[in-house]
This record gives sequence, structure tokens and C-alpha cells, in this order.
Amino acid sequence: MKRKFFWLLGFLGLTALFLIYPAAMAAGVQITTKYALEMLWIFPPILVLMGLADVWVPNTVIDTYLGEQSGLKGVLLAIILGTLPTGPVYMAFPIAAELIRKKAGITNIMIFLGVWASLKIPQIGVEIQFLGLKFAALRFILTLTAILISSFAIGALHKQKEAPGKTTAAEK
Amino acid sequence: MTALVINGITILILIWSLRKSPAKTKQALKIAFKRGRSLAPLMLLILIVIGLLLAFFPPKIIEQYLGGENSLGQLILAGGIGSLVMVPSLIAFPLAGSLLDAGAGYTPIAAFITTLTMVGFVSLPLELKEMGRRLTLHRNLFALISALLIAMVMGVIL
Repeated sequence: MKRKFFWLLGFLGLTALFLIYPAAMAAGVQITTKYALEMLWIFPPILVLMGLADVWVPNTVIDTYLGEQSGLKGVLLAIILGTLPTGPVYMAFPIAAELIRKKAGITNIMIFLGVWASLKIPQIGVEIQFLGLKFAALRFILTLTAILISSFAIGALHKQKEAPGKTTAAEK
Repeated sequence: MTALVINGITILILIWSLRKSPAKTKQALKIAFKRGRSLAPLMLLILIVIGLLLAFFPPKIIEQYLGGENSLGQLILAGGIGSLVMVPSLIAFPLAGSLLDAGAGYTPIAAFITTLTMVGFVSLPLELKEMGRRLTLHRNLFALISALLIAMVMGVIL
């Protein structure tokens, strides 16, 4: 009900703008059409890819693999599993929490969460489409570097506070 | 070109999936359709916003506010917006791209994208609940700092 009202208001507002500024609005329609076409080209395959990943890579797979691996292999796995075209980051929190309960390394979990939130492979396709390859590549490299540094730092911070004797193999 | 490659890859994977399990493939398409439908209103909204933005704020004005020498104000404003709002990045990229096309500088645009994807203000309650206070605080703090640093570096390089 509220939603319908909102859309109706928007529609009326747009109509009014058309009547007052026909020239600017005509230009606006052209711009919107251009971006709409670009979106129509790229969104269906991305959505299909995400759907396929949901079916073929169930959360339990991520859970098992990331829970057991450590060292360099664990880091690489955290990156790869994070880039898979699965859902938004709030879906990753429960997985990460479960991994912590299973005593997986903090560093790996931080890497996994960071990559999941910002470096999803199909999303990067959309980024290249709209922001250019240079932008996307640079952001990918810098973000991955930052995530690795932060994750090792957080891993070290939390190791100190943890009860002595219990060491997580992933750190250092 | 990018779209063509992605469409091609998707079709290949789809064929592989169909051969392996038609039932699972059907389920995947269903999920895709559902997600698309739930994103559709937001997409429409962002398309209208892009149209209005570029129609009423000519490149000259966008350049004046978001372009030029990389000011600290731009960085903080764009980073603040990116941290606070929760827009799926799929939809944020076209918006960011349209501003870039219209003459915005790389630093604010990059700051918006990096904070949007790395810092989650809206999802904080859930993260707190699942991950605990210390980890959540550390993760978001590190993310915010690196997001802004990355944006600055990108502004210098691009």
C-alpha cells in the first residue's frame, strides 16, 4: 500500500517534470534507455550464474573446505570460495560464525568475509562493463591486498587475546 | 564486449549444468528469476535516478562537485555515503559509471564503491550477533581505513 503510493508519487513527479522541462526530460529518457539496454545485456547472465552457484555450491561445501584447511592452502581457498557468485554478505556471516565455532583460523575467516563482500567474480563483470577494465582490475588488486593485510593483522590481534596454548594454524 | 563474454561463459556453464542435472538447473533458473524480480524495482529506480541526474545536472556541474582536484571532502562524503547505504553492488556499478561518464573524478567514485562493498553499516547488527563485538569492530574499522586508502590510490593512478 505504502509502496504503491510511493511509486504513484514518483510517477506524478516525473509527469510534472516532463511538462515543465520537456527538453531536459527527453535527454534523460535517452540516457536511461542507454543504461537500461546495457543492464539488460549483462544482468540476466549474472543472475543465472549466481543461481547456478547457489545450486552447485551449497553452503555446506564452503563450510567443510574452509573449516579444515589452513596455511597457504587455507588462504587460497578462502579467496576462491569468497569470489564464488553466491549471495550478499549477510548470508556469509552465519557461515563465518559456524566456522569460528569449529575453530577455523580467524585470518582465513576474515579473508573469506572480505572477499565475499567485495570481490565476487560475476559482479566484477558488471563493474568492467560500467566502470572499465582498468578501474575493476586496479580495485581488485588493491582490495585483495588490503583484505590480506587486514586479515592477518586481525588474526594476530585475536591470537594474543585468545587463551594460550590454543593456536590456530592459519596465522603466520 | 564484456557483456558478450559473460553471456558466452554463462551459456557454456548452463549447458554443462543441464547435462549434469536438469532438475538442479531448473532450480538455479528459478533462483535467478526470483532474485531478478526482487532486484527489478531497484533497477528501475536507479535507471530513473541516472536519467534525471544526468539530464538536470550537466557534466559541467558534476565535474565541479565530484571532479577536479581530489579533495578530502569528496573522499569523506563519498565514503560516508558508501558506508551507510546498502545498495547491491550490481546496481551501484551502473550509477557509479554514469557519474564517471559525466565527469566525476575517480577518487570519490572509487571511495563510494570500496566503502559500499567493504563496510557494512546496515548489516552491523547481524554481524555483531553472528561474529561478536571485537571481530566486527576490527573488521569494519580495517575495512573503512583500507577502503579510503584504496580510493585515494586509485584517484592518483587513474
